[in-house]
Amino acid sequence: MWDYSDKVLDHFMNPRNVGTLEDPDGVGEVGSMACGDALRLTFKLDADERIADARFQTFGCGSAIASSSILTEMIKGKTLEEAASITNEDIARELDGLPREKMHCSVMGREALEAAMIDYYKKLGKGVPCTLIKQDVEICHCFQVNKSTIRDAVMQYQLKDIEDVTHHTKAGGGCTQCHHDIQHIIDECLEKIESGEAEAPQDGVVQISGLPGNGGRLEQVREVLENDIARALRTDGGDIELVEIRGNEVHVRLTGACASCPSSQATIKGWVEGQLREHVSEDLEVIEVGR
Amino acid sequence: MSAMDLFEDLPERPAGGVYLDNNATTAVAPEVREVLLPYLTSHYGNPSSMHGFGADAGRAVDRARDQVTALIAAESPSEVVFTGGGSESDNLAIVGTLRAYPDRKHIVSTVVEHPAVLGLCRELESRHGYEVTYLPVDARGGLDLDELRAAIRPDTAVVSIMAANNETGVVFPYERIGEIVKAAGAVYHVDAVQAVGKLPMDMSASTIDLLSLSGHKLHACKGVGALYVRRGTKLRPLIVGGHQERGRRAGTENVPGLAALGEACELAGRHMDEERTRVRELRDRLETRIVDAVPDCRVNGDPDHRLPNTSNISFDYIEGEGILLLLDRFGIGASSGSACTSGSLEPSHVLKAMGIPFISAHGSVRFSLSRYTTEEEIDYTAAVIPRIVDRLRTITPFSEQRQTF
Repeated sequence: MWDYSDKVLDHFMNPRNVGTLEDPDGVGEVGSMACGDALRLTFKLDADERIADARFQTFGCGSAIASSSILTEMIKGKTLEEAASITNEDIARELDGLPREKMHCSVMGREALEAAMIDYYKKLGKGVPCTLIKQDVEICHCFQVNKSTIRDAVMQYQLKDIEDVTHHTKAGGGCTQCHHDIQHIIDECLEKIESGEAEAPQDGVVQISGLPGNGGRLEQVREVLENDIARALRTDGGDIELVEIRGNEVHVRLTGACASCPSSQATIKGWVEGQLREHVSEDLEVIEVGR
Repeated sequence: MSAMDLFEDLPERPAGGVYLDNNATTAVAPEVREVLLPYLTSHYGNPSSMHGFGADAGRAVDRARDQVTALIAAESPSEVVFTGGGSESDNLAIVGTLRAYPDRKHIVSTVVEHPAVLGLCRELESRHGYEVTYLPVDARGGLDLDELRAAIRPDTAVVSIMAANNETGVVFPYERIGEIVKAAGAVYHVDAVQAVGKLPMDMSASTIDLLSLSGHKLHACKGVGALYVRRGTKLRPLIVGGHQERGRRAGTENVPGLAALGEACELAGRHMDEERTRVRELRDRLETRIVDAVPDCRVNGDPDHRLPNTSNISFDYIEGEGILLLLDRFGIGASSGSACTSGSLEPSHVLKAMGIPFISAHGSVRFSLSRYTTEEEIDYTAAVIPRIVDRLRTITPFSEQRQTF
């Protein structure tokens, strides 16, 4: 029997804001029947662009229902920017804690909120804030968990092993084929945490010495930038251009909606670099130049 | 949405709650408790000791062995080896056989076994170089005996197949299986933890070489079980040390536990007919009422070959843990094959093996009755279930459009 807090049980027994809104401003759907949990979140904004109302529907266990219920309460009255800063940890804290094995239920709440906000920005034809873009690799195919979700969880909670990752994100809880990849992500993150790199703001150019020449990589980099990265950014009103390649440093400039986005640096480091490393070479470093 | 409306106009809650999780564990029978207690107080001797204290304890162990022997109609009490429970019995049966036949490196089992057998088989495969063939089951949870015939090889040491499934209650044709196994020359182990006490067992006219049973599934206490070992069956011990259990299981006997197991077996024998009549009728009554009252639900398993006390029902579009949490609020204890209840993320391996779709597997609930279950409890449960399912279906995104995701 899980040791649920009274608050979890209260929100499970008396869920707030169940249902869907007519003509919602944003709709987010995550999970699936196969996953064992799914959540649909809808919200409506008022004239001041604050969340006036929110509703949820959840297929899932007691803590999934409670997480969804409390999330709708938490976001009401908030601006989208304020709502976007809610983490899954905040959701769990608001419930007076969740069992370790159930942390993924709060992650699902956070993801549904993200999806609903992206839906809102897209409907409006606005650029999606870079903080919401999570274009990355699916690591766990059983539960459709992306690399960034796993990385975020490992960094945030300083997770040490695969079991912990599974409890927090569900990743690796199915066929176990991704365990090797998850271990790799954990190792990467732990290395970063130990070296202090994770703490440091990513604002400087990383010095790389003794690099091999560009070779045919220029073309490969250009192709990935154009085909995968720029195309995705453009759907959200942004764009990216290649300035130059110096050794292993890929210098790029962000334009459009991305140019004015304060979190573009994170986008560059997190996603663009990830894509280039995956498709071209593991040792590439992305540098953003003059806006 | 408030919880209050859930509780309106409900029949009165039976005193002490409603326990419908007897396949997980059972209440210790009052008669069993009475027999057990003196061995915790005045009769505390070691059966191996040369004095009156020891002799009292020794007599209790002998009596318990006779009682177990009688329940499964074994030919001799010497065929009963006491263990620390069902899992140990399974481990002793399988590993003990493999050690007795060191040249045989193959095992046959099924995909729906209890973790006690499945987990062991996986361990033997991955770390000890054994090969295991897991027989599949059909949609009703049944085996294809031709597949069994084809699976047994000259180097098959042991075929380990359960008598009855703990989740669905599906009963395998264990004597027909045994004929095939014996004809092929392998040792035949049956995990009968769920069957003993609910179905009559007759080892004197059986093909079974090794049979596991557990005390706490038949109203004895936890931490005690037995392995029936047919006379002449080669078996190496797992726990080595003293001479107890004729060298097949070392360690000072759990005298109170064994006294309890013996008494529980005797009681089970006396109540066997009740399982097949009154308990079955109550189970059927619960099942019929639920199926009549709740749309989109189904009974899992084989209605023609099932334990009389077990019902496994899937409620589509909702998730099992929520059902159990709500049932608990009504004082009803049941269990679920849903992923969330176990802490694993996969729904029941048994339902998955039967090809039950995710939409149903996550919302499965197992009700398992005992001879202590009353009609009042069943009627109360049957009244509660439709409300709970209704409530959860108003929360799920699936029931509204049924194809949303």
